[in-house]
Amino acid sequence: MARHLLTLLAACFALAACGQPAAQSNAARIGIVLEPPNLDPTAGAAAAIDEVVYANVFEGLTRIDEHGDVLPALALSWDISPDRLTYTFHLRQGARFHDGTTFDASDVKFSLDRARAPDSVNAQKSLFEPIATVDAVNPSTVKVTLSRPTNDFLFNMGWGDAVIVAPESAAKNATIPIGTGPFRFSRWLKGTQIELAKNPDYWGTPAKLDKVVFLVIPDPAAAYAALLAGDVDSFPNFPAPELLPQIAGDPRFAIAIGTTEGETILAINNARPPFNDIRVRQAISHAINRRALIDAVGMGYGTPIGSHFPPHNRAYIDLTGRYPFDPNKARALLKDAGRASDISATLKLPPPPYARRGGEIIAAELRAVGINVKIENIEWAQWLDQVFTNGNFDLTIVSHTEPMDIGIYARDGYYFHYAKPEFKALMAALDRAATDQERTKLLRDAQRMLAEDAVNAFLYQLPKIGVWNARLHGQWVNSPVQANDMTAAYWSEK
Amino acid sequence: MARYLLQRAFSLGLTLLIATLVIFVVLDIVPGDPASFMMGLNADPQTLAQLRHELGLDLPAWQRYFIWLGSLAGGDLGISYTYRVPVSELIVERLSVSLPLTLMATALSLVIAIPLGVFAAARRGRFSDAAVVGATQLGVAIPNFWFALLLVFVFATTLHWFSAGGFPGWDEGTGHALQALVLPTIALALPQAAILTRVTRSALIETLGEDFVRTARSKGLSEARSLRRHALRNALIPVLTILGLQFTFLLAGAIIVENVFYLPGLGRLVLQAITQRDLIVVQGVVIVLVAAAVTVTFLVEIAYMIADPRVRVGRT
Amino acid sequence: MMLLSAARRTRRLSPSLLAGGTLTTLIVAAAIVSFVWTPYDATLIVVENRLLPPSLAHWFGTDHFGRDIFSMVLQGARTSIAVALVAVGVGLLIGVPLGLLAAAQRGLFDEIVMRTNDLVFAFPALLLAILITAVAGPGAVNAILAIGIFNIPVFSRLARGSALSLWTRDFVLAARVAGKGAIRISHEHILPNIASVLIVQGTIQFALGILAEAALSYVGLGTQPPDPSWGRMLAESQTFVALAPWLALAPGAAIVLTVLGLNLLGDGLRDLLDPKTRIER
Repeated sequence: MARHLLTLLAACFALAACGQPAAQSNAARIGIVLEPPNLDPTAGAAAAIDEVVYANVFEGLTRIDEHGDVLPALALSWDISPDRLTYTFHLRQGARFHDGTTFDASDVKFSLDRARAPDSVNAQKSLFEPIATVDAVNPSTVKVTLSRPTNDFLFNMGWGDAVIVAPESAAKNATIPIGTGPFRFSRWLKGTQIELAKNPDYWGTPAKLDKVVFLVIPDPAAAYAALLAGDVDSFPNFPAPELLPQIAGDPRFAIAIGTTEGETILAINNARPPFNDIRVRQAISHAINRRALIDAVGMGYGTPIGSHFPPHNRAYIDLTGRYPFDPNKARALLKDAGRASDISATLKLPPPPYARRGGEIIAAELRAVGINVKIENIEWAQWLDQVFTNGNFDLTIVSHTEPMDIGIYARDGYYFHYAKPEFKALMAALDRAATDQERTKLLRDAQRMLAEDAVNAFLYQLPKIGVWNARLHGQWVNSPVQANDMTAAYWSEK
Repeated sequence: MARYLLQRAFSLGLTLLIATLVIFVVLDIVPGDPASFMMGLNADPQTLAQLRHELGLDLPAWQRYFIWLGSLAGGDLGISYTYRVPVSELIVERLSVSLPLTLMATALSLVIAIPLGVFAAARRGRFSDAAVVGATQLGVAIPNFWFALLLVFVFATTLHWFSAGGFPGWDEGTGHALQALVLPTIALALPQAAILTRVTRSALIETLGEDFVRTARSKGLSEARSLRRHALRNALIPVLTILGLQFTFLLAGAIIVENVFYLPGLGRLVLQAITQRDLIVVQGVVIVLVAAAVTVTFLVEIAYMIADPRVRVGRT
Repeated sequence: MMLLSAARRTRRLSPSLLAGGTLTTLIVAAAIVSFVWTPYDATLIVVENRLLPPSLAHWFGTDHFGRDIFSMVLQGARTSIAVALVAVGVGLLIGVPLGLLAAAQRGLFDEIVMRTNDLVFAFPALLLAILITAVAGPGAVNAILAIGIFNIPVFSRLARGSALSLWTRDFVLAARVAGKGAIRISHEHILPNIASVLIVQGTIQFALGILAEAALSYVGLGTQPPDPSWGRMLAESQTFVALAPWLALAPGAAIVLTVLGLNLLGDGLRDLLDPKTRIER
């Protein structure tokens, strides 16, 4: 018995010693941190779904590019009525779904109606809420009528949640996604990898890669090891920024630091005393050293922010000077509020390193000004339940990664409980605004109001840290939406 | 004997039934809702209610328990909330990694431990024995996650002999699949080998002192032969017991090692299911593991009885 | 060889007892010292000082937040020892009486205790610990609970087994004839006689407890920040290994040495307290 086992083990080692399987010449292996729970972007909020299928497998009427601009996709062009209520989309002809069925106006009507139906389980149902009717005028024309003008409508139709699916295959997209994109789903080894293959019948510019493999590697140290061992060609979101200095010296790899839509904030429960006192919130903002935070958490990568708005946006104004790091001022403000040393607070931290690591630093900084902070590490499920749904928290750290999400401050009952009437009025005016100048002015007013009220302590804009093989080109540097668009990626010669 | 076995089988069944209740109750009080996890930050209440209804989460707890129990009795573990595929399918998929890994690790630990244990017992008190004992002490004391990381850095990132992790699946060829399991096997096996060596050694030393071995030796058998022929066979009982316990431990206890090597094993499935509140998967995996543990214990007990008739007398 | 074993028989302090005792004393001493003195405040974050290599000012270097690793390791000893010790204590205090009672009563009570033990053993330990912390939240107290639960059946089985063999012995029979009740006999006659076995097992469980605490903290479910913990230090250092290897070295070595010390101590104690195995060696 023992001898047989020995032989078996010896065989294993012998096999192993034969070395690595040669990497397929025209494939790319992409490392992702979280495995998507399913592959249907219209029935789940997990960013990991879009990271695999967006633009690669599924396409919408419009699409969003690396710079956040709206481009035509399945809609070739569109006309907008003067009252901004009717959108007429002229559809791409000759596009086919991966199962061979043709794409036409009825698929668009089906997809949009399905997403906004009462029994829909679309995670971003609010995107479709302004839609009043969808009419398939003829096979290549769709008319969408809105109930009110909506500025971001074309952008919204480019989200992963608004992709076009076929009635024949929609129900099975969770496990066998059928879209119109340049890659088709080939297989999913649960827990490790998802493989896409080039779609030879694609209607547009064909993909340059034959195959894309998404490898799930949750552990940062394992990610680094996989990169070094040559098991992975690219980490579009490299999970261990502290290792970048190691990688930077290695000519095999390229590092690309880009922007994301993720405003990382220390969220404060504005409804709960003593945090309903603006002086206490301002004291918190003064107590935090953003530079030190970015140095310690993101190894220096990340842009400080002073309000809930991304620095790369045209309407951005720099408000980081509003609450400079000043522990004495923080103590004075607390004293002013009559709470010099008796505030106790719990800081609930979800799993990402920006929260866990940042939380330790912020807790120490707040303790230094006399706020007694206790850390509680929780999982996402608990965070959603306790913090987000039930508003049961004092302080928490989270990154809001949805694009253009300043509007959340106008929502009633939103977890940090702000919803000031003046701010709501600003947001309502924003939706009505017809010109860019008007919009920019309103957005700037909104940023100022949030900073002035110190609603939350605004920390920094999350960077997108891409690390990949230096010969693999054409990947996104920025991530205006969470996606790994591989449609233009290609290998260069040595 | 048959009556005793029947009695034990019955009590094992009861154990399993109680286990289902314990698992269900524990998971039911875990805070967090699978539906809101899936729908994220922008979900509206209506969507959530719809999803909960689709998943059957709107039923009262006792009803869900009996539905689960009923389908369990029929061999059905339910449908995963997040993956939307049958739980049994998920478990089988993961077992195709976890089971070979566990078997290989167990085999490797045996291959190391038995000869080493016999060697140490035969030379007990001498320097080489002390060296073996010292090495096993160290083997027990090193945390396996630390050891696993060390393996990755030496053999994957520095020497490039193996992949740093991952699993290509069995249909890519047995060679590639086995290769992916080599480092994890070593990481799992060595601490187990240390424990097993110690057990083998001390069990051997103990049986060597017993009468029948003394008799054998007085009949002129050499120490080495009496060791192999008589003592080893008897010493295998405690080794078997530990092995049985370790096997089920390894099946799920490889979570940390699976994480370091990002292997799609059972441990990671259940860990992921806990964070996503895919409770039906957690329930399914845990009950399968409990059943496995209970069965292995039962089998070890029977093996005991066959190997050593005295046990039977002692028990009943 | 004869000489060696004879020497060991007469000299009661075996090398393993000596080495184990010394190591354990050192680590316990470090834990106690950390209450009154550490070179730096172990929770003091000085971002500018991050990732300093070992030096005279920082013996083991500093971590990614600029905290002094030597101070953290000292304080970490405190947490590790406290968690493991209380967990073993929980196991002893609940498990031993259960085992003794089961041995004394036999019958249904015995059956229930033993089957409950089987049930606990059947659950995958790390998984159950993860579930417990998912229900109750992570933290030192819940880590104690999660580790403690698995110590109960260990001690109740051991106590029951050892006690059962004693119940047939003359001195116990004599006590029974004298009219002493089962509980009193268990307390007065049985417990003192199985104490040595329990102490040896306790030492080994202590070592396992240290490893379990490290594993739980490593996956983020044990001791919470800012209190230092060896397992969490290892987890946090993981990605810095290439950059600053000393980060992982100190807590890793601390775990290995502690477990090694306790296991050696357990071996030594067994030699000392259990005459049978001592002679066999």
